[in-house]
Amino acid sequence: MSKSIGTSGSLINDPRARAWAFQILAIVVVAALGWYLFNNTQTNLEHRGITSGFAFLEHSAGFGVSQSLIDYNESDSYGRLFLVGLANTLLVSILGIILATVLGFVIGIARLSPNWLVRKLSAIYIETFRNIPPLLQIFFWYFAVLRLVPGPRQSLSFFDALFLNNRGLYVPAPVSADGIVPFLVAVVLAVVASIILARWVKVRRDKTGRGFPLLLTSIVLLIALPGLAALIFGAPFHWTVPELKGFNFQGGWVVIPELFALLVALSVYTAAFIAETVRSGIQSVSHGQTEAANSLGLKPSRTLRMVIIPQSMRVIIPPLTSQYLNLTKNSSLAAGIGYPDMVSLFAGTVLNQTGQAIETIAITMSVYLVISLSISLLMNVYNKRMALRER
Amino acid sequence: MSENAKSLGIGDKIMIQMQDVNKWYGQFHVLKDINLTVRQGERIVLCGPSGSGKSTTIRCINRLEEHQKGNIVVDDVELNGDLKNIEAIRREVGMVFQHFNLFPHLTVLENCTLAPIWVRKLPKKEAEEVAMHYLKRVRIPDQAHKYPGQLSGGQQQRVAIARALCMKPKIMLFDEPTSALDPEMVKEVLDTMIGLAQDGMTMLCVTHEMGFARTVANRVIFMDKGEIVEQAPPDQFFDNPQNERTKLFLGQILH
Ligand SMILES: Nc1ncnc2c1ncn2[C@@H]1O[C@H](COP(=O)(O)OP(=O)(O)O)[C@@H](O)[C@H]1O
Ligand SMILES: [Mg+2]
Repeated sequence: MSKSIGTSGSLINDPRARAWAFQILAIVVVAALGWYLFNNTQTNLEHRGITSGFAFLEHSAGFGVSQSLIDYNESDSYGRLFLVGLANTLLVSILGIILATVLGFVIGIARLSPNWLVRKLSAIYIETFRNIPPLLQIFFWYFAVLRLVPGPRQSLSFFDALFLNNRGLYVPAPVSADGIVPFLVAVVLAVVASIILARWVKVRRDKTGRGFPLLLTSIVLLIALPGLAALIFGAPFHWTVPELKGFNFQGGWVVIPELFALLVALSVYTAAFIAETVRSGIQSVSHGQTEAANSLGLKPSRTLRMVIIPQSMRVIIPPLTSQYLNLTKNSSLAAGIGYPDMVSLFAGTVLNQTGQAIETIAITMSVYLVISLSISLLMNVYNKRMALRER
Repeated sequence: MSENAKSLGIGDKIMIQMQDVNKWYGQFHVLKDINLTVRQGERIVLCGPSGSGKSTTIRCINRLEEHQKGNIVVDDVELNGDLKNIEAIRREVGMVFQHFNLFPHLTVLENCTLAPIWVRKLPKKEAEEVAMHYLKRVRIPDQAHKYPGQLSGGQQQRVAIARALCMKPKIMLFDEPTSALDPEMVKEVLDTMIGLAQDGMTMLCVTHEMGFARTVANRVIFMDKGEIVEQAPPDQFFDNPQNERTKLFLGQILH
């Protein structure tokens, strides 16, 4: 009996034979799929008369963009359009990372506040914004909040200089005038003076132990020196204030509603995660550290800065890095409200117009990969420097 | 040596005055009418079973714990809710913990200079000189530039003592400073503390090192269930305890 089972099912029941069989099967399936994709693409491209390759980047795009940080007009190439999209993605990512970090640290520290109300409010903030999908939050700011703002003719105006309407936030823009050179020189001087002052304060504290109101002095310097230059040499620039001309405002700078909604939503959403990261980082530092600092007479703010934060940074940085990556990748949700980021502009409109799907997607994916790897690299360098100080 | 340490004068000045101090954790009455007076230069050992409230008592003195009833006056400063008073008291009271609580991200020297620089506002150079002075006293000046994680337990505890001394405190509190140490390291820490006692430091030590208590203490206090049950000079305390609970406790720890 047992013998007959052994011989009849010998190959099927042999684990090594099975493993081989599955691996061969897997290879065949992948190869077939790859061949199908390649073949399909070839036929599709031939069918639509599209040549593959990157020559299309030279062609004129022929459409305008709602926000561009570099000079761009309709006759410019797809290649230039790519740069416009890249700059817009970087803009929202960088501003978002800065805002989310500041907000996240404040809320994370507030989460541990001795004040009951502050603690509860930050808990509510975290639980609310962390648990709503980011696209929905973008829609909320874009459709629910900014759509309630009136049109250009009924703009909300602040001091007749700032105007908010459904086309965006219009702010005065500086245009350089006669006094600009002395003014800039004065700014540079003030900055240099502040840096020298900071070093002097440190040296003096090391020598004599006496403190110095550094921040206040620097602020005064930064205001007084350029102010003096402006008084003597004339105004450095004048402001072009946005003015209603016809149906819309002219002059000044505009923050388009898409940017505003995307930026606020991404920062608020990511800040909730960063706050949790910061809270758990601070809690990872044992209570004995706070007690030791207290028993030495260090003030709570000093303890936070010199004892708790430096130790918690080691725990905070790895998850913080992944939050930065998330924010950058989530910025592609811009497509949902038509903010001209790289995905909606390049992997969206350009792809549709040219049909060069493989090329545009490949370029866009590579760019995200490069951005993400750069962020990881930077954060790793920082983490190494923090970690080195322990041993 | 024991005579030498004890013959040092005890001042008239009262450094710590605890009057009818009571504390609760929720419903749990941890400290019951604690009355304690410590004079300048006095060395007091606090002992008792685990959970009897020894740590809580000394932690009330520098406000790591808040008492709810009674008065505590430290070096003529009343310990109430006033933050200025708490700061003033913490500047004058050093504390050494069972688990050292050194700052792991700072070197030994930086551990010792942090508070003098930011609290005492000493120039960095002077703070470093003070730190090196005390690191020499605890006999580890050569470790000044290492990080706490690179030192043995006994060395870490001696750094912790030096760190507290760098603030030039008038009173030192010790909460079981040798309980977390391997046996072979207990002596180096106790020797450091004996040295301190010989210099006339006012000390309040929670410890079960009875040899140390006999050598150094002017007074041994026995606590049980949140109360001070008995206090006496060490010879009398160990050889002729009065209270039944003290006898039971001593029987347990002295075998
Ligand atoms: N934060 C706290 N919350 C509640 N109970 C505490 C707390 N800290 C200490 N206790 C309790 O108070 C009692 C006294 O603690 P402690 O002063 O640490 O005792 P000892 O140092 O004598 O061992 C113990 O029963 C302990 O469980
Ligand atoms: Mg204890």
